[in-house]
Amino acid sequence: MTDVVLLAQETHAAADASGAASLMWLLIVAPLVGATLLLFAGRRSDKWGHLLATAVSAFTFVLGFAMFLQLRGEGHDERTISQKLYEWIPIGSLHVDFRLRLDPLSICFVLLITFVGTLVHVYSIGYMDHDHDRRRFFAYLNLFIAAMLLLVLADNFLLLYVGWEGVGLASMLLIGFWGDVPAYATAAKKAFVVNRVGDVGLGLAVMTMFATVGAVGFDEVFARAGDISGPTVTAICLLLLLGACGKSAQFPLHVWLPDAMAGPTPASALIHAATMVTAGVYLIARANPLFSASHTARTAVMTVGIITVLIGGVIACAQDDIKKVLAYSTISQIGYMMVGVGLGPAGYALGIFHLLTHGFFKALMFLGAGSVMHGVHNETDMRRMGGLRTFMPWTYWTFLIGWLAIIGAPFTSGFFSKDAILELAYAEENYVIYALGLLGAVITAFYMTRLMAMTFWGPNRFDKGVHPHESPRVMTVPLALLAAGAALSGVLLGGFDADKRPIAAWLEPVFGPAEHHEPAINPVLLTLFTVAVIAGGAYAAFTRYARHDVPITAPGVVLPPVTWARKKLYFDTVYESVVMRPGQWLARALVYVDGRGVDGAVNGAAALVGGTSGRVRRVQTGFVRSYALAMLGGAVLLVGALVLVRLVP
Amino acid sequence: MNDFPWLTVIAAVPLVGAVVVAAIPRERVESLKSAAIAFSMIALGLTIALMTQFRSTTRVGAPQFQFVEDHTWIADYGIGYRIGVDGVALLLIALTAFLVPIVLLASWNVESKTKSYFVLILVLETALIGCFAAIDVFLFYVFFEVMLVPMYFLIGVWGGERRVYAAVKFFLYTLLAGLLMLVAVLALYLRTKNGDPSGIGTFDYREWLKLDIPTATQNWLFLGFAIAFAVKVPLFPFHTWLPDAHTEAPTGGSVLLAAVMLKIGTFGFLRYSIPLFPDAAQTFAPMMMVLGLIGIFYGALVAIVQKDIKRLVAYTSIAHLGFIVLGLFAFTSQSLAGGVLYMINHGLSTGALFLIIGFLYERRHTRLISEYGGLRSVVPVLAATFLVAGLSSLALPGLNGFVSEFLVLLGTYSRHQVVGIIATFGIILAALYILIAYQRTMQGELTVEANRNLPDLTLREKFVIGPVLALIVALGVVPGPALRIIEPAVNRVLERVAQTDPAPTVSGVVGSAK
Repeated sequence: MTDVVLLAQETHAAADASGAASLMWLLIVAPLVGATLLLFAGRRSDKWGHLLATAVSAFTFVLGFAMFLQLRGEGHDERTISQKLYEWIPIGSLHVDFRLRLDPLSICFVLLITFVGTLVHVYSIGYMDHDHDRRRFFAYLNLFIAAMLLLVLADNFLLLYVGWEGVGLASMLLIGFWGDVPAYATAAKKAFVVNRVGDVGLGLAVMTMFATVGAVGFDEVFARAGDISGPTVTAICLLLLLGACGKSAQFPLHVWLPDAMAGPTPASALIHAATMVTAGVYLIARANPLFSASHTARTAVMTVGIITVLIGGVIACAQDDIKKVLAYSTISQIGYMMVGVGLGPAGYALGIFHLLTHGFFKALMFLGAGSVMHGVHNETDMRRMGGLRTFMPWTYWTFLIGWLAIIGAPFTSGFFSKDAILELAYAEENYVIYALGLLGAVITAFYMTRLMAMTFWGPNRFDKGVHPHESPRVMTVPLALLAAGAALSGVLLGGFDADKRPIAAWLEPVFGPAEHHEPAINPVLLTLFTVAVIAGGAYAAFTRYARHDVPITAPGVVLPPVTWARKKLYFDTVYESVVMRPGQWLARALVYVDGRGVDGAVNGAAALVGGTSGRVRRVQTGFVRSYALAMLGGAVLLVGALVLVRLVP
Repeated sequence: MNDFPWLTVIAAVPLVGAVVVAAIPRERVESLKSAAIAFSMIALGLTIALMTQFRSTTRVGAPQFQFVEDHTWIADYGIGYRIGVDGVALLLIALTAFLVPIVLLASWNVESKTKSYFVLILVLETALIGCFAAIDVFLFYVFFEVMLVPMYFLIGVWGGERRVYAAVKFFLYTLLAGLLMLVAVLALYLRTKNGDPSGIGTFDYREWLKLDIPTATQNWLFLGFAIAFAVKVPLFPFHTWLPDAHTEAPTGGSVLLAAVMLKIGTFGFLRYSIPLFPDAAQTFAPMMMVLGLIGIFYGALVAIVQKDIKRLVAYTSIAHLGFIVLGLFAFTSQSLAGGVLYMINHGLSTGALFLIIGFLYERRHTRLISEYGGLRSVVPVLAATFLVAGLSSLALPGLNGFVSEFLVLLGTYSRHQVVGIIATFGIILAALYILIAYQRTMQGELTVEANRNLPDLTLREKFVIGPVLALIVALGVVPGPALRIIEPAVNRVLERVAQTDPAPTVSGVVGSAK
């Protein structure tokens, strides 16, 4: 305990909460109360439930914004505010507080979550209008906001874990929102279970921290990061990475996210694109003092990231379902963020930078996809779309901005954030990462342009009965606001001077100062080169899918790589035959052993005692009941006799 | 602390209630059911009052037991009516007193031999409370065996199709194992006799703790107790009575069996096996932990493929109790406290699951998972309660199960790294068996026509399940008070086995390296 006190004196101590920040707890409690109210009120809240939930979400945004202003007003080193609510788990030397922490990193997430969250709430009022369970949907959304805010505001790893699995629960509930469809229910279960595999990693990381430094609080663990032995710190980081792979759908645990598209599209936008799936990146960025101490772990993060960039991109190229394309795109983009935070001190801020811009443009495109589905009778097959730009101009133009941003067209947000990561990889002489990242950017340009072409451009291919129409205002206004974010967040957060990115300066209290390496060649040339190859990728897709007819059924005879991509590179197949089926066999075998072996021995022994095996049948029908009763009587007699003993002198 | 005999009164109230209910004519069904619930509520109220007076202190020299009553019973053999509680016993008594009114209310619709059913449950409550409160080993043994009687009849009379087989198996199995313990108990008693100048000896637990037993003898005696408790827990490979008993028992029996009676086994390890035979406990700790590990995975895997929903939950109990045993024998304050808290939490989560399955059974009279499916759209409230109870069972953070499970894992890991790592993988299987059960019963299409018009939970059923779920949430959000009650008792056990928590490998003043 004493050394913890010392810590508080020596490092820049977290200030006690005052002002707006003293309402930190309300950020979590308000949406939690909202969710609880709606779930308990049931049908009675059908009329106002969605409005209440939206108001609560908007309230958290306002509150979060006030906290942001307060933090900005504080001095550079005083931007960490903490609030202890109570002692959560006290036992032995373990003391885990229910303590929240507001600092430059967590406030970024608070703003992203509550801003996108509120827009998704508003959008859902329209999108879910016809669903008789709309109220329940909004309750889950509020629940998600609460859990996600707890995740990013927690001041120790165990409390973070609560938010971590809490968002997993909200995610599962939303994926299985239409759980009457068996496949959707299966997708929900799969998401939770695959995440649990990651959670084993996070859990073991927390245990290792406790065993190593005797604490699980951020400050306590980080202060001793330099004292932990090399292998141990690497082990902790790799375990955290395993957790991140689960939550952020990174290779090899990415398989749940595409299936998660079973949920209503606004939930996909908020949870499975903008916020929750990026929690793994947050985890690594948050644990930056540990990752900075392990070169091996950072290399592992980068490797996982770059592999995911490529597999996500490749599979996305062969998908025809608009949401599936976006899902694989999300997997791939989070790979870039992982590469960013894996690049080390200079990269943490860039990973978060890409995370924020991605939050805008990906939420935009998911909501755009939802708007498209809304307009074409819930069709998700892009082969049955085409030429929608004239029918839904708002959706089209906003989606166009999202498309430009994700492929990294000059001066859009993705241009600044993705380029920054590639440039840093180059500057740090990680040429393999750079080259593969560039390849990923080309693939991104290809599949996103393919999506645009198959959905909005070219001739109409939808069924005769479908009459595409623009979505109502309540849906298009959120699209417009997100489009503004997708267009401008890059230049606002990043800007043109790589040495003075506002986002990096803002996050410096958390990540520490980063040296800037000048790349071996002029960065402007690098940028021009990147833009050129991206344009190439986009052009290839444009000629292939906008200029030529797209068949309504996917062509059967294709090159092997296309088949592989369509089969999702066989990850699900392999997991099924290597893990799931043997697991089922094992379980069945155990049931057999349990019945015939273990229990058989028990019954056999009983039969032996009871007499010959011929009596077994009678043993089970009633003969032994009297036998047992006799034993019972015997036991009672024994007790009675012992009591009587004292009566006899 | 005053001299009011709290524990005697709390234990006696249900017994008095049983007598009163037995005196009510069987035709007046409503009155006798109400009377039974009223008595169990009085016991609960008294227990809450008792908890407010319990002093949780880690002060050196503080008495181990509180509310002690010590009266001579059979003086010639040193047998006494000695009762008292430490934090662990207190919480388990509280769990019992909390669940019995709920179980009685849940059994409102029992139609055949209603009176006997309610009487038996009240008798069972007295036996359970007595078992936890006894600090005289003979008294403990008496309660330990007596509780089998009401449970035997609950299963054998009101159970499912194979009730007789299940009841006999349960009874014989536990009774035989109990006899082994009796031998060990008598052996210990004889040792006290040798040291006693008056030559009488004693069954006073507190005196037994002072015995100095040679290691070799400890091993034998430890095994005598351990097998009795291992059957009760149940630990692999002594578990096969449990799926049958759980499955065939009526709802009330299943709840009390899973929630409280299994805990007699783990409580017995903690109260008797470990402190009485500390050397043997350490010798056998690796074996016990391995059996716990086997239970975690064996129970979970077998649960996953069950076709009968009650059997599924029964096997999950084997997995959960595996975690508890693991925590108890890892000998760290976190793992032990986690194990104790796990006893309470498992009681709540599994109790809740059995209650909800009971609601389903009353509606459809089947336990087959394939007879359900898609119920969420028909009975949303019932489905929601099932989900919350299930999430508690799979240890979702924020609910009670997480705190105890994580403490067990964390504590185990800090002393036995590899064991901790292996056990942590059990959390994946827990997610699987719960979510599979939820998916097959509540989600998907409504396939069975008979389910189309099922009524959702009635007000009575909401009163049954509501308090349990509320406690599930409360203990997850604020586990501190419970942990503070547990901690002194846990520290005593650690002292007894001469273990201290492993120190962090990186220690010293923070920042000194900089």
